[in-house]
Amino acid sequence: MTEPRHESMPISTPAQASESPPVSFTPDAADKKRSVQPQQTPGEPPLAALSIRGLAKRFGEKIAVDGVSLEVPAGSFYGMVGPNGAGKTTTLSMATGLLRPDFGTALVHGVDVWAQPLAAKKLMGVLPDGVRLFDRLTGEQLVTYSGLLRGMDRDVVATRVSELLAALDLEADAGSLVVDYSAGMTKKIALASALIHAPRLLVLDEPFESVDPVSAANIRGILESYVASGGTVIVSSHVMDLVQRMCSHVAVVAGGRVLAAGSVDEVRNGSTLEERFVQLVGGGHRTEGLEWLRTF
Amino acid sequence: MVAHLLSLKWRLLLNGFKRSPLQLVGMALGLLYALGMLVLLVGGLIALRWADPEIAHTVVVLGGVATVLGWAIIPLIASAADMTLDPARFTTFAVPPRQLLTGLALAGFIGIPGLATLIAALGTVGTWWRSAPAVVGALLGAILGALTCIVLSKVVTTATAGLAASRRFKDISSIIVFIPLVLLGPIMMGIVEGVRNTSDYLPGLARTLSWTPLGAAWSLGGDLEAGDWAAAGLKILIALATIGALLLCWHLLLRRALVTPTYSGGSARKGGKLGLFGTLPGTPTGAVMARALIYWMKDPRYAASLVIVPLFPVLFFFGSSQSGSYGLFMILGPLTAFTMAWSICADVSYDNTAFALHLAAGVRGLDDRLGRALACLVISLPVVLVFTVGPLFLTGEWHWLPNLLGLSLGTLLTGLGLSSVISARYNIAVPLPGDSPFKKPPGNVAQTLLVQGAGMAVLALLLIPELALVAVQAFSGGPEAGWINLAVGPLLGLALFVVGVRLGGKWLDARGPEMFAELSVNR
Repeated sequence: MTEPRHESMPISTPAQASESPPVSFTPDAADKKRSVQPQQTPGEPPLAALSIRGLAKRFGEKIAVDGVSLEVPAGSFYGMVGPNGAGKTTTLSMATGLLRPDFGTALVHGVDVWAQPLAAKKLMGVLPDGVRLFDRLTGEQLVTYSGLLRGMDRDVVATRVSELLAALDLEADAGSLVVDYSAGMTKKIALASALIHAPRLLVLDEPFESVDPVSAANIRGILESYVASGGTVIVSSHVMDLVQRMCSHVAVVAGGRVLAAGSVDEVRNGSTLEERFVQLVGGGHRTEGLEWLRTF
Repeated sequence: MVAHLLSLKWRLLLNGFKRSPLQLVGMALGLLYALGMLVLLVGGLIALRWADPEIAHTVVVLGGVATVLGWAIIPLIASAADMTLDPARFTTFAVPPRQLLTGLALAGFIGIPGLATLIAALGTVGTWWRSAPAVVGALLGAILGALTCIVLSKVVTTATAGLAASRRFKDISSIIVFIPLVLLGPIMMGIVEGVRNTSDYLPGLARTLSWTPLGAAWSLGGDLEAGDWAAAGLKILIALATIGALLLCWHLLLRRALVTPTYSGGSARKGGKLGLFGTLPGTPTGAVMARALIYWMKDPRYAASLVIVPLFPVLFFFGSSQSGSYGLFMILGPLTAFTMAWSICADVSYDNTAFALHLAAGVRGLDDRLGRALACLVISLPVVLVFTVGPLFLTGEWHWLPNLLGLSLGTLLTGLGLSSVISARYNIAVPLPGDSPFKKPPGNVAQTLLVQGAGMAVLALLLIPELALVAVQAFSGGPEAGWINLAVGPLLGLALFVVGVRLGGKWLDARGPEMFAELSVNR
């Protein structure tokens, strides 16, 4: 396999893996230790895959994100949970260079997203939520487009596209226009577009929304092996159960602030993540009223 | 329940006005235009009060038939049907069909087209303000006629809901509808010409049509004025039977539609065909160019302009043959160059939030700009060349060839450069992806007009050298200025193209996220 151009970036991070990984969409340049929390000595720069520092955003009167800081350790599977309107999407948009923050910045493996956007974006694969795709392309064309846009070699793109489509169970519809895809298929093709350049960090906003259970299991499998070989994933989700089972770390966000962050076991502190979440966020009042709903 | 449906429709209409002030200005302008047309129409109908009854009858019946046909056909081809009260949305509410039917039919009058039709129909009462029976007949006819329009349009849209939901049908119909629209002038001329030759043809046609379901209601006023009670009675029966039959059809269709939601899926197709992505260079610029070219073919919003351009020569030919001079025909080339180049100044706006892919992938602004501009150039260059040289075969003024070529190429290249800058900086209100090219775009219409107007002024400034050289030849008559323009046009155009693409690229790099934020507002 020839090395695509975008990987020859000089990055001031630990040793890059010399051999190509068996599956082409696992991270190429990866610190191979499956570390939960790398030991840090004072004065040494942190080994964070994504370091969010004091991000804040206001839309008119409403403060959507109010000073969010997060350290996503390299090699972690990081979940971001929060109620609707908590600022998850806004935070992730600012961290990935899609939305300019009012304050703060984000660093991807030490590269400042807002000072060196092009360099930082090469390290990231992004699945934004609620955006359109170039849906008059076929699924295959869309993923190819996404690869070529990043300056990858055409042959490498072709191999990876067919492997990705197979892994995501989209082969049968590869030649259909994306506009004719179902919601779940659209999500999967967008995920493939985010994976094509084998990023070191994956930022996925609601990746499991409207995806069928079989595909969700496939995606989980792909993401887990990606993390196992040193990649970092950050997902936002509403499904606590999924986050508890899948993620090594979690951040609970509400009202534009981080309420708790750390490893899943630290955050849930003995109870289930869902119980802890409701406790942190509040508003979990039990079914008062609605008596008529029980009387038919 | 009927009252609920009516108030729902009313609420939806009002909420449509609750937008930003600038949008309101745009909507108010549109409303003013519609109102002006309506006033003219009703005024005309009232003026017919003093016309010969035969003529008045002909006009009212033919106008009414055209209106009914319009209500049946326009929603079908323009995908412009008002679907705010789409029956499919009531599937889960278990509304009794009879009440749903009445409510939806009456709600059809709440809304600009329905209201305008009703008012115009009531204008015919003014036409027949001649005797008491005629007024009553016209009033009855107006109500029956307007109701026929609404119900017929509902029947058509409900019957074709499955068809209309298929993307392919929507794509094709929204493009095809442009053709008669662009050629409206010539078509109207032809009709007027034909009518002039056979002046007694129309009254006969109106008399015949007044016995059909399309025209029966509109004929009542005229018949009663003429004292033809028997005909009027029969026509009332025809009109009532029409509405009854349509309601029955609609009832049956609705009952079926409520239990069988439309399925809009295509058949699965295997991959393996990369199309232009396999042939153009495998670089970011090449990829953007391939994507843009595919969109020129597959997205109706782009393809519509490709359908219009071949109609330009038809329009010009028609105009020239009317005036007898082919002089105007010669600006066909430069005009096409301008239209084509200008069409990409909304390119990023056409992407809508799909632009996120470019932003997230870290595409350099230069690659983005260059790819889009080259795609447009590849399509427009041959067209512009043919359209510049072609008219000269008709006029035979070959000494203009170098000058016109210079102007066309200069306009094309300069326009592409300028469009590259504009689309990098300004969000322009365009129909959303998947919408009909006709649909009123969401977003800031006032800003769009301002940007487009200022952009065209700048383009005119940038084209001063080429235009001046054309003027020099026009006054001196010598071909020297033309040969200079053949050099100046392409060279200056190329320089401005490069500057435009670079500047646009730089702006896009600097302001990509802001551009994306503006696009997200209108998704």
